[in-house]
Amino acid sequence: METFIKQRIKAIKKGDQNAFADIVEFYKDKIYQLCYRMLGNRHEAEDVAQEAFIRAYVNIHTYDSTMKFSSWLYRIATNLSIDRIRKKKPDVYLDAEVTGTDGLTMYSQLADEGTSPEDALESLELQKTVQEAILKLPEKYRTVIVLKYIDELSLQEISEILDLPIGTVKTRIHRGREALRKYLGDL
Amino acid sequence: MECPKKMVELMHDYLDGEIRKEDEQLLRKHIHECKKCSDHFYRLKKTVSFIENLSHIAPSSDFTKKVMANLPKEKRRIRWQRWFTNHPFITAASLFLLLITSSLWATWHENEQFSFSKQENLIVKNNTVIVPKGKVVEGDIIVRNGNIKIEGEVHGDVTVINGKKYLASAGEVTGEIEEVNEVFDWIWYNIKRVGQNITEILVK
Repeated sequence: METFIKQRIKAIKKGDQNAFADIVEFYKDKIYQLCYRMLGNRHEAEDVAQEAFIRAYVNIHTYDSTMKFSSWLYRIATNLSIDRIRKKKPDVYLDAEVTGTDGLTMYSQLADEGTSPEDALESLELQKTVQEAILKLPEKYRTVIVLKYIDELSLQEISEILDLPIGTVKTRIHRGREALRKYLGDL
Repeated sequence: MECPKKMVELMHDYLDGEIRKEDEQLLRKHIHECKKCSDHFYRLKKTVSFIENLSHIAPSSDFTKKVMANLPKEKRRIRWQRWFTNHPFITAASLFLLLITSSLWATWHENEQFSFSKQENLIVKNNTVIVPKGKVVEGDIIVRNGNIKIEGEVHGDVTVINGKKYLASAGEVTGEIEEVNEVFDWIWYNIKRVGQNITEILVK
């Protein structure tokens, strides 16, 4: 697969647009998923994901092949998603570092005793609640959580994508998880 | 109480899959004894499983098409190259046409010299063929790269290629008069001539 991607990138650099269609087809699901979880809105996610691919195409000459191509794409999509979040009117973030705000009643109401998380997740209502909890995270925590859990990336890859030391990535994931625990742990 | 802080750190290391063996044992032992930490750990694991189990959301079916439609125009050279490889027949046909046209061009330019069909009673002055007043020319006249001035009578067709015809009021042409000045006219003229030859052969 890697060689196929590399060969496609070479063709794109020579100006062959059709080669790029293969790249889009290959990565669109992951990139869209990332944007959707970052933004929580299908329409906006579609918009930002498409923009990410167009940016990648236009800037393909700046792509440095020592980096994984997927990491480069993720970086573009992450940055564009963050830009979009900042442009939107600021939501009320519940800061992850605030302690002692456990058990928000809104989430407590949805608690369903005796079902496993997998079963409970079948309910659309819960899907919505989990997504809302992600959207409540400040963007620096939201980014690492989405990259780690939605796309199952390693800490190493996340550190490459965000150009941050692994230690920082780890700390952010821990804090993001703690914040989510407060919103979701009582369900 | 110094237990919670370090234990919470170990919980996250565990969830990252980066916990050392002895730390994991320490964590397990502690969770077994401490209700608060066991609760915390349970909630963290539940939270992670909620997020991991979010359903997959697919982009629109025409996602790739839309991206491709919004890309800036690619280099023209590449587009042509692909077009040619995708349409070999048209490529061959146009190449053929190109050769034909260029050979026609060559013929057209080869014949830039002044020439005319030799007939009796014709006078030539400065690239102009003159049919003098009161004289009769029998047969068709063809003039290339020159003009013709008709003051007398022509019993036949007059064709001027790359030139002009002047017909004096007293002049008379029994056949057709034709001026051929453009390449396409010239091609058409050639085709007509071929057609005529063929019909003549058929008639005979």
